[in-house]
Amino acid sequence: MPPILSIERLNKTYASGLAALKNIDLEIRRGEIFALLGPNGAGKTTLISIVCGIVTPGTGRVRIDGHDIIEDYRAARAMVGLVPQELHTDMFETVWETVSFSRGLFGLAANPAHIEQVLRDLSLWDKRKAEVMTLSGGMKRRVLIAKALAHEPKVLFLDEPTAGVDVELRRDMWALVRKLRDTGVTIILTTHYIEEAEEMADRIGVIRRGELILVETKTELMKRLGKRQLALQLQEPLERIPEELAAWDLSLTDGGNILEYCFEAGQEHTEIPTLLRRLQDLGIEFKDLSTRQSSLEEIFVGLVSEREAAT
Amino acid sequence: MKQAAHFNRHSVLAIYWFEMSRFRRTLWQSLVTPVITTVLYFVVFGAAIGPRMGDIDGVSYGAFIVPGLIMLTVFTESLNNASFGIHMPKFTGTIYELLSAPVSAFEVVFAYVGAAATKSVLIGLIILATASLFTPIDIQYPMSMAIYLVLVAIAFSLAGFIIGIWARGFEELQFIPMLIVTPLTFLGGVFYSIDILPGLWRTLSLFNPIVYLVSGFRWSFHGSGDVSIGVSLAVLTGFLTACLAIVWWIFRTGYRLKS
Repeated sequence: MPPILSIERLNKTYASGLAALKNIDLEIRRGEIFALLGPNGAGKTTLISIVCGIVTPGTGRVRIDGHDIIEDYRAARAMVGLVPQELHTDMFETVWETVSFSRGLFGLAANPAHIEQVLRDLSLWDKRKAEVMTLSGGMKRRVLIAKALAHEPKVLFLDEPTAGVDVELRRDMWALVRKLRDTGVTIILTTHYIEEAEEMADRIGVIRRGELILVETKTELMKRLGKRQLALQLQEPLERIPEELAAWDLSLTDGGNILEYCFEAGQEHTEIPTLLRRLQDLGIEFKDLSTRQSSLEEIFVGLVSEREAAT
Repeated sequence: MKQAAHFNRHSVLAIYWFEMSRFRRTLWQSLVTPVITTVLYFVVFGAAIGPRMGDIDGVSYGAFIVPGLIMLTVFTESLNNASFGIHMPKFTGTIYELLSAPVSAFEVVFAYVGAAATKSVLIGLIILATASLFTPIDIQYPMSMAIYLVLVAIAFSLAGFIIGIWARGFEELQFIPMLIVTPLTFLGGVFYSIDILPGLWRTLSLFNPIVYLVSGFRWSFHGSGDVSIGVSLAVLTGFLTACLAIVWWIFRTGYRLKS
């Protein structure tokens, strides 16, 4: 099945000389949730803005469901909904008016039943007659999502969708995103909440200084780049790691009470049995053990800092 | 562009009614202010000064200033409505929605300018009705008057649209209407015929494009003006064309709309 979004050799240099995007190649699969991660200023918003028609592309080509965003912009844009990072909303209109306006703006005839459904899904129905300026920040964020969904898009861009919202609303939004995905909508989100990407994304792209440095399924990424850690709580604290254990990547924490062994998550042979036997040989006993896998956040920080060091 | 020929009427109507709803929300300010201003002009110029002025080209002074007063308001309202209409989304950031919508530049301009021009024409007609309470008004060419009114409203709404995109803040938004258009309008024969000016000032006045616009509108009322109707129409057409060309260039380059 052809990708819903195809980006080929996309470059963007602003008038200031800032090269915001460098040779981006990316394909987004139909119906997936794709998380674009990257530090501030990495180019995430520029990439989304180009796809949505807000920023003029430099060189390269972008197609949405086969429609070129320049040559066939009407068909391309009609398929896309955008929830921007900032709370850009009309202030004096009611919730109903502003959401209905968005549907009309995207070229669709009025459909009060659909608008009602969207507002109910986002818990905005009770606020439909309220002026947008009277709403809280979280409610305004919901209004932005409602506006983006008013024209029934096939691709939804969420640019930092849960920035500044409380935990409850964030959970609600995650549930909504999953529900949308279940109806066939492709979701592309940028976030700096790694937890968000870890919770929701099928695939993850990491962008840094305008370069897409990695695109991977979340599970593959965690398997390939994730670290696992074995922590042994010792019976007696150690002052230092014995030389006989130099073959393992070990460290002591908690005043020598915990011995940690770090290994690659995807490593087939972890050498844990050998290590445990060797400890027994050396008379080092432990009373408890636990393992943990590094989070996506740790992977992300590791990736970005590795690149920083390499440049 | 593959679909440029298609006219997105839902988008155009959405923008148009969105803009008109702003007019409705501020109905008191939008309608009552020009009516009060017109009444004040008539009290000062019609009742207090008018009787001392005598007839101009066989028309009472009160009736003489009516076309100019309507033009004065239509210029101002068109500029303000259109510039504010497009500047607000830029200011609040909601322009993102307009730029990401499947709507062509022509449709955007059509909707914004159409809404601004509609408001101006309505206000112009209200001023005409208000003025008729103070002085008998005889419109010799009502159809020409209506067409001229609409064309001027469109031309100045286009100019307002350009100002709204050009302006980086509310100060710049008011710069051209307040410091250029209003003075030129007051010096453009709204309250007098440029024929009564001394030679040099009359010649200088002919460099003021507003003179031609006011004169053309006055012609539709009284059958005469400071310059011939043909010249007035040529200036109006030229102004319209120039505004259209600038708007076309703005959308082609994304000037102050896209980075």
